[in-house]
Amino acid sequence: MNAPRPFAGRMMKLLLACLMFALALPATAADEAMRERGEYLTRIGNCSGCHTAPGGEPFAGGLHLNSDYGTFVTPNITPDGATGIGNWSADDFYRALHEGVRADGSPMYPACPYPSYTHVARDDIDAIHAYLRSVAPVEQAQPAHDLDFPYRYRSLLGLWQALYFEPGEQADDNARGADWNRGRYLVEGLGHCDACHRARGAFGAMETADDAPGAMIHGWYAPPLADPAQAGLQGLSIADAADFLQSGKRDHAAMLGPMADVVFESLQYLRDDDARAMAAYLTALPEQQVDSPLRLIRMSEDGRQTAMAEGRAIYADRCAGCHGDDGRGDAGAPALAGNRAVTMDFPLNAANMIREGGFAAATADNPRPHGMPPFYKLSERELAAVLSFIRGSWGNDAAPVTPTNLRR
Amino acid sequence: MTRYAYTPRTAGYVAIIALVLLLPLGAAAEPARPSMKDRVAACSACHGPQGIELEDGYVPRIHGKPAGYLYNQLVNYQDYRRRNTSMNHMVAHLSHAYLFEIAQYFADQHTPYPPAAAAPPEPLAERGRQLARKGDKAAGIPACDACHGERLTGVQPNTPGLVGLPRQYIMAQLGAWQVGTRHAAAPDCMADIASRLKGRDVEAVAAWLAAQPTPADTRPAAEPIDAPPMTCGSVPQPATP
Repeated sequence: MNAPRPFAGRMMKLLLACLMFALALPATAADEAMRERGEYLTRIGNCSGCHTAPGGEPFAGGLHLNSDYGTFVTPNITPDGATGIGNWSADDFYRALHEGVRADGSPMYPACPYPSYTHVARDDIDAIHAYLRSVAPVEQAQPAHDLDFPYRYRSLLGLWQALYFEPGEQADDNARGADWNRGRYLVEGLGHCDACHRARGAFGAMETADDAPGAMIHGWYAPPLADPAQAGLQGLSIADAADFLQSGKRDHAAMLGPMADVVFESLQYLRDDDARAMAAYLTALPEQQVDSPLRLIRMSEDGRQTAMAEGRAIYADRCAGCHGDDGRGDAGAPALAGNRAVTMDFPLNAANMIREGGFAAATADNPRPHGMPPFYKLSERELAAVLSFIRGSWGNDAAPVTPTNLRR
Repeated sequence: MTRYAYTPRTAGYVAIIALVLLLPLGAAAEPARPSMKDRVAACSACHGPQGIELEDGYVPRIHGKPAGYLYNQLVNYQDYRRRNTSMNHMVAHLSHAYLFEIAQYFADQHTPYPPAAAAPPEPLAERGRQLARKGDKAAGIPACDACHGERLTGVQPNTPGLVGLPRQYIMAQLGAWQVGTRHAAAPDCMADIASRLKGRDVEAVAAWLAAQPTPADTRPAAEPIDAPPMTCGSVPQPATP
């Protein structure tokens, strides 16, 4: 027969349990706060933009990213142990984003923008890790990347990193304000804007020149942020630029193509102070005049006149109803006169917009966007003609476009 | 002869009346708010108000379909449960609230229908009529009208009408269910039904449906079906964002 337990022993256990419970409570609240911060940062970093396939489970990967080096298939970053990153410790995760090294020690392809993420602070990366550990695990293995020779040899990446990658956070520039520094941290770090808006040179390394051109993403051109005649926001007030980032829309312009996805998935969730910080940094970028990476074929004056005449007729028939005879747009349709997407040298984005149409992103400030019909039945010649017309009318002074330049 | 005395009091009345008369003018002078019609010009470019030629067209009529059905489809396109390059692109970054508003707008449009397509030859027509009106018990196929309504104009809130649709569109949808590129909420009964269609069944029922004259009342039935032959996941779902 068991002897009754001493009363003191039971009390001790009870006390211990109470103590553990009391300790656990604040820890849980702190964990939850960290997880929430991580969720915000994950949105601002737009991790799901690449790590979620169209129609796929969130963060389970499987998006196909085409590049000059072949097709990358984005990995599963849900906490599944076998096919995701469930077995990665916080240290492993930090090392991946900070140094571009996977938990198994192998180097990562810079298709994942760790050259930007390396600027992100440890506690922010830990928060992102805490959030990703809380999402539903999905068991989904991805097919291998389909890369050309020699890029398919992952071991060569060690050499690439030695040549082109320098891990490390950026020290604050004390000559600048807190907003500018926070803005740089977001734009050049977690926001990884340069991953699309800056061309890559030899072996996929980011061009470092101030006047580097933009780059192609999903068939669209991400124009350079340094050129106010392209994607640069230098001409705007900080308040207007912040509003543009969050809403995806200005009086007579909207962000379209993959950038509308970024607004919808990520930028519309920016806190006001972070939007202002990004705007402070982007509006203060040194202005550059950046050449287009695509050489437009020169047209004879006769050829230009012919294209303008054909374009004028198509415009009057299909476009003027919304965009106006004077190209000034209406309540829903943006102005084409003075529209940077129309006048910048690189013509493919405007061509995509005409061919594919589409809506601006639905955001708090623009909850019911107007949509542009797709004019996919236009031949390449007709498309080039109407582009030449809108690029050369109402004070717009961009070069005419030939059908050859629109072939993809 | 009575003369109206012009007193300060009269002046007050005149002023009030003038103000009331002017109010609508003031309202009209404000810039016109963009209408829903303008907002969805991108949709109407293909989904014309009169539908399209049923003989050789492809784009389905969406006008007058139950809002719940249209909303479910817009969300299905956003989540790639239905695949069409244009549609997937169009809805990519619209909120559910706005998609519901768009669905409601088109559900409220009761525009004239296009003329019916020519009747298919026998025995295709007879097989089509049989599938649509009687079903095929042996094959486990219920009649179309058992769920889509006696008039085949759909049933509120989520079941679409089948009249006024191009033959090629209906064939493509049944085919998409067969090969797994179109999905509805589980249990996805249309996927089950499509898998039981054999031989030239798809062609027969599509051609017969496209050849049906427009019924006098084209609105979806308001009352739910009494005893539906199957349990379908998308029928009872509340159709709100």
